[in-house]
Amino acid sequence: MNRWLAGLLCSLLAVLGSGVQPVAAQTLMNGAGATFPYPIYSKWFDEYTKVDQGARFNYQSIGSGGGIRQITARTVDFGASDGPMTDDQLGKAPGNLLHIPTVLGAVVTTYNLAGNPKLRFTPDILADIFLGRITKWNDAKIAAVNPGVSLPDQAILVVHRSDGSGTTYIWVDYLSKVSKEWDAKVGRGTSVNWPVGLGGKGNEGVAGQIKNTPGALGYVELAFKNNLPAASVRNAAGKFVEPSIETTTAAAAASATNMPADFRVSLTNPPGDHAYPIASFTWLLVYKDQPDETKGKLLVKFLWWMIHDGQKYTSDLLYAPLPPQVVKQVEARLGEITYQGKPLLAAR
Amino acid sequence: MTTAAASRSLSSTVVSARARRGWGDRLFRGLARGAALSLILLVTAMIIGMAGAAMPSFRAFGWRFLYTSTWDPVAETFGALPFVYGTLVSSLLALVIAVPLGLGAAIFLAELAPVWIRPPITFLVELVAAVPSVVFGLWGIFVLAPWLRNWVQPALGASLGFLPLFQGPPYGVGMLAAGIILAIMIVPFITAVSREVLLAVPNTQREAALGLGATRWETTRIAVLRYGKSGLIGAVLLGLGRALGETMAVTMVIGNRPEVAISLFAPGYTMASVIANEFTEATSDLYLGALIEIGLLLFAVTVIVNALARLLVWSVGGAVKQVRE
Repeated sequence: MNRWLAGLLCSLLAVLGSGVQPVAAQTLMNGAGATFPYPIYSKWFDEYTKVDQGARFNYQSIGSGGGIRQITARTVDFGASDGPMTDDQLGKAPGNLLHIPTVLGAVVTTYNLAGNPKLRFTPDILADIFLGRITKWNDAKIAAVNPGVSLPDQAILVVHRSDGSGTTYIWVDYLSKVSKEWDAKVGRGTSVNWPVGLGGKGNEGVAGQIKNTPGALGYVELAFKNNLPAASVRNAAGKFVEPSIETTTAAAAASATNMPADFRVSLTNPPGDHAYPIASFTWLLVYKDQPDETKGKLLVKFLWWMIHDGQKYTSDLLYAPLPPQVVKQVEARLGEITYQGKPLLAAR
Repeated sequence: MTTAAASRSLSSTVVSARARRGWGDRLFRGLARGAALSLILLVTAMIIGMAGAAMPSFRAFGWRFLYTSTWDPVAETFGALPFVYGTLVSSLLALVIAVPLGLGAAIFLAELAPVWIRPPITFLVELVAAVPSVVFGLWGIFVLAPWLRNWVQPALGASLGFLPLFQGPPYGVGMLAAGIILAIMIVPFITAVSREVLLAVPNTQREAALGLGATRWETTRIAVLRYGKSGLIGAVLLGLGRALGETMAVTMVIGNRPEVAISLFAPGYTMASVIANEFTEATSDLYLGALIEIGLLLFAVTVIVNALARLLVWSVGGAVKQVRE
């Protein structure tokens, strides 16, 4: 009995001892925000702790709104958002907040029609469907750009997201750019006042609803389309482009030449022949002047790793990697992150 | 009062024992009182906290919030009517379906079923009560909604389509689907509690009725159901409480469209659903305030419904007393 107890005590001490050592050397980084990039972020945090034993991450995917609120209140070390912060929101933050693009996501138009024909849409058609103008599948406008496809005389059931989401933001941001009427009547936001349609909860809710309802049409993230068909969309250059990882990255590359310095840019409807027009960055939000030297150094090191080595994990999870031009631009931005005026990247 | 009266009637030995352990009693009383008070404090703190956060919305919309039905997060115009309507209608629909089913099952289990079959069925009922709501929601999307769309709604539309309740295109998801899902979720609650109530009815009641020559149905109706009325209403209320607050399963099948529509085929929205859907991405103070005000409204609706129900139980309880006298 005694020996058993002693053994237990010894092993307990050993566990404690081994546990204490690395904890002392580890730095825990807290983050919160967007749900859309959560799969790739958790992959990155996992992979990065293999590279840098001293780093630990705790990321809560509470939504972009929560991420913005928490980084503004400085309760986390970094925030994450699918939509860029507004000037108003940036003004409320106690310091200068930087937007660091991490990956790209695309939003695809998917539908349920007998025979799963490959469809092509123009921006006008998408806007008209979501405004409730086009209500039937055999509408002349749809037929005009889909020669050879037999379209049924069936009502279009529009399905959109019911929960506030970055996916919705990208979608309505696109519609706002291509349709003046949409911009005036509905506008952009993570939730909007939809003129028509049903709301499904989450990407899986929308995909499920479409899969189950003949004649349904909606939008989901590229990663969620599963075996549903995805429509080609005519881009700003007048070419019909299929959504894919390559065409999404092309959308960012096309915008790289006139990228604003703070990366608060909407990538929807970009120029470029190969650019898929409904794509967007998702961002990490970090303070330009870091309040803690250790954490600041670690954060900058991680961000550097993320835009270089980290990008190779994106495609497996169906996110599009940043194009090289944008990586260069982000590199420059990372150099500006400081602790008490000293740049943290140089001290790497 | 009753404690004092009871202690006066205690024998002297107990009284002396009480004197010795007086501090223990006082401690216990203090703890119990603290527990009761903390509940009241908690509710008050919740209301104050929520009202504070909802202030921007109170200021911007005032009473208009209650009777307008535009919900536009972009223009920041918010009205809660469709959500209140959706919550009340879906819960009412659930009760209409679930009360006969739940009470029927309870009567069968308590009065009519062969004794050997009662434990397994009771067990099954309680099992259904333990299924997480997201599972009901998934089942709703993938099984219930297509079934409604392909079979039930066309049939209802063809036979009862002259009623405004059953008009419009059959989407599957919508108010009807939400009501049915909720009904399935609350039936086990109603059944389980009603069964307990019926089992608590003294056998002398039944024997008296049977002795007067009543049939089985008459015995159940006059001697059992009437006796247990207030308990049965309590069971229904428990179900209603769950229906009012249910979020996940409803969100997945109601269609999430903030509109007041008479037809049960049309999509709707509930208070709990809109909070769950939009809270995480609500960035502005006014938007957040509007969502929190909806939370307060849900709170108020629940309190009002419960108060009405309490009144009902009291009036029924009085009636029972008169019958017994």
